[in-house]
Amino acid sequence: MAINEYSGVVNAGDLPDKPAPMRTEGIVAWIRDNLFNGVFNSVLSLVALAFLLYTIPPALNWLVFSANWTGGADACRANPDAACWPFVTARWEQFLYGFYEKSERWRIDILLAILAFGIVWLAIEKMPLKKYMAIFMLVIFPVLAFYMMFGTESALKGIDSTLAAHAASGEFAPLDPLRKLLRIPFAAADLKTVETSQWGGFTLTLVIALSGIVASLPLGVLLALGRRSKMKIISLLSTIFIEFWRGIPLVAVLFMATIMFPLFLPKGVHFDQLLRAVIGVALFASAYMAEVVRGGLQAIDKGQYEGSMALGLPYTKMMRLIIMPQALKIVIPGIVNTFIGLFKDTTLVLIIALFDLLGIVQASIADPNWSIKSVPYTGYAFVAIVFWICCYAMAIYSRRIEEKLHTGHKR
Amino acid sequence: MQFLKTLGVTALFVASAGVAQAGETLDAVKAKGFVQCGVSQGLPGFSNPDDQGDWTGLDVDFCRAMAAAVLGDAEAVKFTPLSAKVRFTALTSGEVDVLSRNTTWTMSRDTDFGEFVGVNYYDGQGFMVPKSLGVASATELSGAAVCTNTGTTTELNVADYFRANKMDYTVVAFEKADEVVAAYDAGRCDVYTTDRSGLAAQRTKLSKPDDHVVLPEIISKEPLGPLVRHGDNEWGDIARWSLNCMINAEEMGVSSANVADMATSTNPAIKRLVGAEGDLGSKIGLDNAFCGNIIASVGNYAESYERNVGPDTPLKLERGVNALWSQGGVLYAAPMR
Repeated sequence: MAINEYSGVVNAGDLPDKPAPMRTEGIVAWIRDNLFNGVFNSVLSLVALAFLLYTIPPALNWLVFSANWTGGADACRANPDAACWPFVTARWEQFLYGFYEKSERWRIDILLAILAFGIVWLAIEKMPLKKYMAIFMLVIFPVLAFYMMFGTESALKGIDSTLAAHAASGEFAPLDPLRKLLRIPFAAADLKTVETSQWGGFTLTLVIALSGIVASLPLGVLLALGRRSKMKIISLLSTIFIEFWRGIPLVAVLFMATIMFPLFLPKGVHFDQLLRAVIGVALFASAYMAEVVRGGLQAIDKGQYEGSMALGLPYTKMMRLIIMPQALKIVIPGIVNTFIGLFKDTTLVLIIALFDLLGIVQASIADPNWSIKSVPYTGYAFVAIVFWICCYAMAIYSRRIEEKLHTGHKR
Repeated sequence: MQFLKTLGVTALFVASAGVAQAGETLDAVKAKGFVQCGVSQGLPGFSNPDDQGDWTGLDVDFCRAMAAAVLGDAEAVKFTPLSAKVRFTALTSGEVDVLSRNTTWTMSRDTDFGEFVGVNYYDGQGFMVPKSLGVASATELSGAAVCTNTGTTTELNVADYFRANKMDYTVVAFEKADEVVAAYDAGRCDVYTTDRSGLAAQRTKLSKPDDHVVLPEIISKEPLGPLVRHGDNEWGDIARWSLNCMINAEEMGVSSANVADMATSTNPAIKRLVGAEGDLGSKIGLDNAFCGNIIASVGNYAESYERNVGPDTPLKLERGVNALWSQGGVLYAAPMR
């Protein structure tokens, strides 16, 4: 006889649990508790719901359901009231590489692969040799990337002409062996020059953003330390630098770099336009970074400074081992915030005629073969999606680092 | 130190190039093997990248013509896209050898920034209205709401035009061309005004392009042409006669299809044009066949026009005032002899 079977008037075991009353559990209760728990909140919920219903279905409809996915310009022209994705598929190579020489685009492919590989390596927690990978990505990769993208042709020429000059004059140059050593990889690669004016698309966005990010953090740390320094001159200079760059808009910086700067140079000398923009962006971002880092430094308890001094640590060791690890950890959200801002600010280079992702999309819109009502909107929507993915990825990564480094300082 | 300098120079990718002195640009161009040409950042039919990422357009064709004239290869040209603001700085600082960027030839620009070498497109500000408005002439537009771009001469031209004709109007102005089109398409204004080539390009972006009509009035003169730096007359001559070559070729009926046969033409003017006779090219430091090279690789003016902005392109611009003088237009190139 089974235990639960009814026998006479007494239950042999426990009755099975009954579901909780509708009022306290389940989706209905959740909605009641969270969306309609009062007159004011109910009204707000209804307004929000109405707004979502009013905007999301048409947007999805435009972007996905009635959009043109195949065909060419003619298909889009026939259906101009929905997104025109063939425009993106026809031009995605331009959006990625810009006007980079077609036969040399494999160089960018390799770099992007290394970049993706390195980022994934560093993002996965249990990967070995992370320290060396980080050094590779931060120090070696930028140099490699520069020579891969720009080509080794002109560097090789420079080395050869110096060597030849030394050989001709018989002058003793202690660096010549190093030069000969450096010549080997350059000669082996023998990559042809691709001028920076040909760089473009998403590649250029990455170049500007990554060089800005890589340069601005160390510069920002130095400036923050400088500003808090007890040495008056250093503190004053750091403050002036920070307040100068924070006080002018980035657009003005870029304009000055492109329009005013060439006027100061002697005639016949050109300073690469992309480099001007990158330096401007990096200095601009480092001023913001300095203030973020300074915020972290100020949050560190005085006892930490005194404790490390009591241990007899000199200034650099104190900063490197005690203060900075704590300060930087606190301000991770601020640092990533600055990075994300910097990443999006790179689109401003389009006003100085550098074709980043947004710039190349805008130039493509001008093609008369694609002059259809939906094409500009599709282009901008595509740019928005790409930027959102990149920025959200950074946000997720920062959240994970925060959690990993979390040692109870969070409240 | 020397090593650091070498590294520094390459790492900073500082490049140097010659700047304006007579003949210097030509020598520099020949030495580097390409013409550096300033174009727009994307203007339909004048300079825009096509699906393959190659620049095309009327302004681009002029750059290619110069490359064909100087180096015999229409592909030996590099394009520097320039915004309206930086274009003149780029030219005067030597960043580009020639500026072919739908630039209106005005006296102050000619004196301040460079030497205009001719006109490759006569533009002018016009009006577009919906057909349903039932308007046949701009003089009937009193009381209209006019869509236009902010801070451009178009806005000022409209003000002048309406005041001169004693008509009322309201301006609905936007920063970017796409916004103006969207507003006009949504019916926020009755009239859309900008340069007529621009009207043609933007019209294709309307929901129903065929429901709109461009009015016959042209209320401003916008002669668009290429320009070179002041001070290098030889280079200016090369630019000027490259343009004239294309126009003269159309007038004489020489095109990319028949230029090869024209060397044996019985007409001495045609023989001079393609370089089979005379020494026109050597007078400007080029091969005598410079004009023949242009026609063979880029075509004459009519071919370039039809290919980029003509009736068979999405822009559908009739020749109109841009026809040859002998066909009712104002294109009148000086003879080549």
